[in-house]
Amino acid sequence: MQEMSQSPHISGRFNQELENLKNAVLAMGGIVEQQLANTLKALRDDDKRIAEQVVIEDGHVNDMEVQIDKECMRIIARRNPIAGDLRLVLTIVKINTDVERMGDEVERIANMVLVKSLPSSEIIKAGMFNTGHLILDMIRATLDAFARMDVDAAKAIHQDDAKIDQEYKKLLIQVLSDMQQEAEILPGWLDVLWALRAMERIGDRCKNICEYLIYSVEGINVRHIENPFGELSERSAT
Amino acid sequence: MDALDSPLFTVPKLNSLAKSDIAIEVNDLALYFGQRKVLHEISMRIPKNKVTAIIGPSGCGKSTLIGCFNRLNDLHQDCRIEGQVIIGERNIFHHKQNVPELRTKVGMVFQRPNPFPVSVYENVVYGLRIKGISDRRLLDNVVENALIKAALWDEVKDNLFDSALLLSTGQQQRLVIARALALEPEILILDEPTSALDPISTLLIEELINDLRSQFTVIIVTHNLQQAARVSDYTAFLHQGELIEYSDTDTIFTLPAQQQTEAYITGRYG
Repeated sequence: MQEMSQSPHISGRFNQELENLKNAVLAMGGIVEQQLANTLKALRDDDKRIAEQVVIEDGHVNDMEVQIDKECMRIIARRNPIAGDLRLVLTIVKINTDVERMGDEVERIANMVLVKSLPSSEIIKAGMFNTGHLILDMIRATLDAFARMDVDAAKAIHQDDAKIDQEYKKLLIQVLSDMQQEAEILPGWLDVLWALRAMERIGDRCKNICEYLIYSVEGINVRHIENPFGELSERSAT
Repeated sequence: MDALDSPLFTVPKLNSLAKSDIAIEVNDLALYFGQRKVLHEISMRIPKNKVTAIIGPSGCGKSTLIGCFNRLNDLHQDCRIEGQVIIGERNIFHHKQNVPELRTKVGMVFQRPNPFPVSVYENVVYGLRIKGISDRRLLDNVVENALIKAALWDEVKDNLFDSALLLSTGQQQRLVIARALALEPEILILDEPTSALDPISTLLIEELINDLRSQFTVIIVTHNLQQAARVSDYTAFLHQGELIEYSDTDTIFTLPAQQQTEAYITGRYG
């Protein structure tokens, strides 16, 4: 973490405020991570009670987002952060939104579990379960990279999103072929599509967080750039 | 986005400036007080019609550096200077340099307003009277123009012949700036011009600095980093007599290249 490799601020209170802010985002991310783990359990066991709990808990994540925003604004107003500090606070403002949206996507998947007439396809269910776990790992790795402000890890995760996209596409093709055989529960299939889309979106959000993290540490913008880490992708391909 | 590309928001990079854009060129400037080396081979180009801030901790050589620009350091007996400061194509340390003329060209305003204990009017025309100018109409014009430029005219126009000491501190500081402007300098150096002022007077001076930029080259020394960030186009960071980093203010305050700069502006242990 660049902030850590540098010496601390002379103001101990400012150090504490920034540290607390980061910890709050990590705690919020931790809840989203747990929410997804619970959702996957609910999906595997068809446990509607757990899925209901996930939907209720999302309100907690929403409250945290508002609190973190408020704290960012307070720090900007009172501390006038600049340079690395400013980049960190701006990054947290952005990451905060992404984590909250990830919570919404998890809620969407939980809502699918609550649907009465879901398709019976075991292949789809297993595919969703596996992709869900890939995403769970991705969230965990992203939060870990953010906690350590680890740019290399962020770049690797950024690349990994392509795997999620591939899985999503494969499952999508499977869904399109299977849904014709069980066309009578079309609304159920739509819920499956929504949930799949939600998983893919969580991967994108993790990618966004990694981009902000790189910006925070290195001050370089890697957003909206095709293949921003050319060398790294070549290495991982070999 | 065109709206964000406006010159209001961005200034050219220092290395892209042409010679004609430069007001002061400093080449390998080293300064000693006796045996003590206070400035270490400083080289920098200060752009014309822009605001350049000089920041750094106390004792880093900021005031000494700006003191070189109008040869104020000549007043120290044991001061020795190496290198060049070029203003208007001439090295100002050349023995043929006319120092009073240089000080007319390079005006200076200090931390505490120091109006003379005479009227507002006489304060403004003080420098002109010394130059032997006594034409009343000309002096009246200069007073009005200088006070307008210093954003003080509306507040004092009815009391021009009252003592300057009756003005508030913020007004006094603007009066001192008007006094410097009356001599039509090319370069105006402000050494912590607002450190003794309240926030509103500070904003008035900052707004004034913004307006002055179109006619003068402004150099401001400040301990208030937010002020440097607000008013300047370029910022130089000095530490222990060395120029650590000098760049456009956007870069210094968002992505400084040097760790030392980052530590200083973000308030970390260096």
